[in-house]
Amino acid sequence: MAYTFDWKLVLGGEYGGWIVQGLATTLKISALAIFCSLALGTLIAVLRLTRMRPLVWFSVAFTEFFRNTPLLVQIFFWYFGSYSVLPEVVNKWLYRQDFEFAAGVIALTVYTAAFIAEDIRSGIFAIPKTQIEASRATGLSFLQSMRFVILPQAFRIIIPPLISQFLNVVKNSSLVMTIGVMDLTYMTRQIESYTFHGFEAFTVATLIYLAISLVVSFTVNIYNKRVLKLIPY
Amino acid sequence: MGMIEIISLSKWFGDFQVLKDITDTVERGEVLVICGPSGSGKSTLIRCINRLEEYQQGKILIEGLDIHGRDVDVNELRTHIGIVFQQFNLYPHLTVLKNITLAPVKVKGVPKAGAERLALELLERVGIHDQARKYPAELSGGQQQRVAIARALAMKPKVMLFDEPTSALDPEMINEVLNVMKDLARDGMTMLCVTHEMGFAREVADRVIFMDGGIILEEAPPEEFFSKPKHERAQAFLREIL
Ligand SMILES: Nc1ncnc2c1ncn2[C@@H]1O[C@H](COP(=O)(O)OP(=O)(O)OP(=O)(O)O)[C@@H](O)[C@H]1O
Ligand SMILES: [Mg+2]
Repeated sequence: MAYTFDWKLVLGGEYGGWIVQGLATTLKISALAIFCSLALGTLIAVLRLTRMRPLVWFSVAFTEFFRNTPLLVQIFFWYFGSYSVLPEVVNKWLYRQDFEFAAGVIALTVYTAAFIAEDIRSGIFAIPKTQIEASRATGLSFLQSMRFVILPQAFRIIIPPLISQFLNVVKNSSLVMTIGVMDLTYMTRQIESYTFHGFEAFTVATLIYLAISLVVSFTVNIYNKRVLKLIPY
Repeated sequence: MGMIEIISLSKWFGDFQVLKDITDTVERGEVLVICGPSGSGKSTLIRCINRLEEYQQGKILIEGLDIHGRDVDVNELRTHIGIVFQQFNLYPHLTVLKNITLAPVKVKGVPKAGAERLALELLERVGIHDQARKYPAELSGGQQQRVAIARALAMKPKVMLFDEPTSALDPEMINEVLNVMKDLARDGMTMLCVTHEMGFAREVADRVIFMDGGIILEEAPPEEFFSKPKHERAQAFLREIL
């Protein structure tokens, strides 16, 4: 029996709605994870540069641990494992929230932050030491000099690797379906099992992921060109 | 009490002793010129004063206070000591105006408007008030160095340190920077200048010290130092830079 394509089935009606819902979840989880991992990654990178040993060790352990273990295992860890180690109050609170979603965001954030921290660190190393010297000499503290002088310059250098980290977040977010987050991939699987039109469903999902990635990298590139390139150096 | 008292200062980089038991006092309003061959420890000496370098022995007092004293806040200390580097070290991502207002606003909590007014005044004083909105890369070397001087002055320091401020400049730009420094000297600023600009030294320095191998080999008023240096090493050095 020949397979008959039915694009309308997955694009319109109830199933189309599922795809939109899934897409919304994917966008939400990716945006949250990108935002949080950028913040956490910056913190981890800066901790490594302080002169305080425990902070440096923490930063090193964090990056090495989360960079070198599979994301899927980490997702399972936060989902199945965190219950046993987190305090009762936190658990209760988490379960009243969307626990799958929260575990997914945490896993993606922590994993991505480890990579972003390394990118930021290499960006910081590319800035001449004389910049930190000049700013500290005017009385700026270590953190102020990072915040106002070093990081703004470092970020400019690492925009290309950062874009690819952001794209990875969007793509990696598909793994959260394994803990029951109803993201785009989850919904697509769902449509496949209801309709047996997996080809159409996954084709649509693939194109949507591609579109998101293109939009993300396009936006960051435009920002890079229009805003940052105004500054002549 | 001197403005800056350096007492038996010694510093090592690993096994190598850069500064050997240096003692000197700089009075309020004095202009001191430090010269000497490359590697003699001039930069290291002035960088110890604002704690960009740590030292192992001796003391530095500013207005009688030990800069490594228990309750000295290094960031607060540095607000009183301006430094100008050979390579300008302006912040390339900030406009000239922001380069100057950053520290007053963030460190001293000066309101932005006030800090900008002061910055513009200082730019006027160094002769480039029309460049405030530009980025450092759009300025000539001489202009950049004048911005760097304005940036240091914006903190209203008690002392200004200069580390070969004109060595990286094209010859035609040296004077515009030296003139700013001369004005500053005449206004009574306490200045420690590592420089080989004899004209500057003759005109405004109160004293010249000649460093070699981590010690102060000779110390004299500029006229005396340049016309009849006592030490053989100083004579050789002067022959070379003339
Ligand atoms: N961070 C450092 N680590 C090790 N050695 C250093 C360091 N900084 C400077 N030195 C050494 O200390 C000595 C004095 O350096 P310093 O920069 O103070 O000399 P200088 O008199 O300013 O020379 P120049 O005229 O070349 O600027 C030099 O031999 C230099 O190689
Ligand atoms: Mg030097």
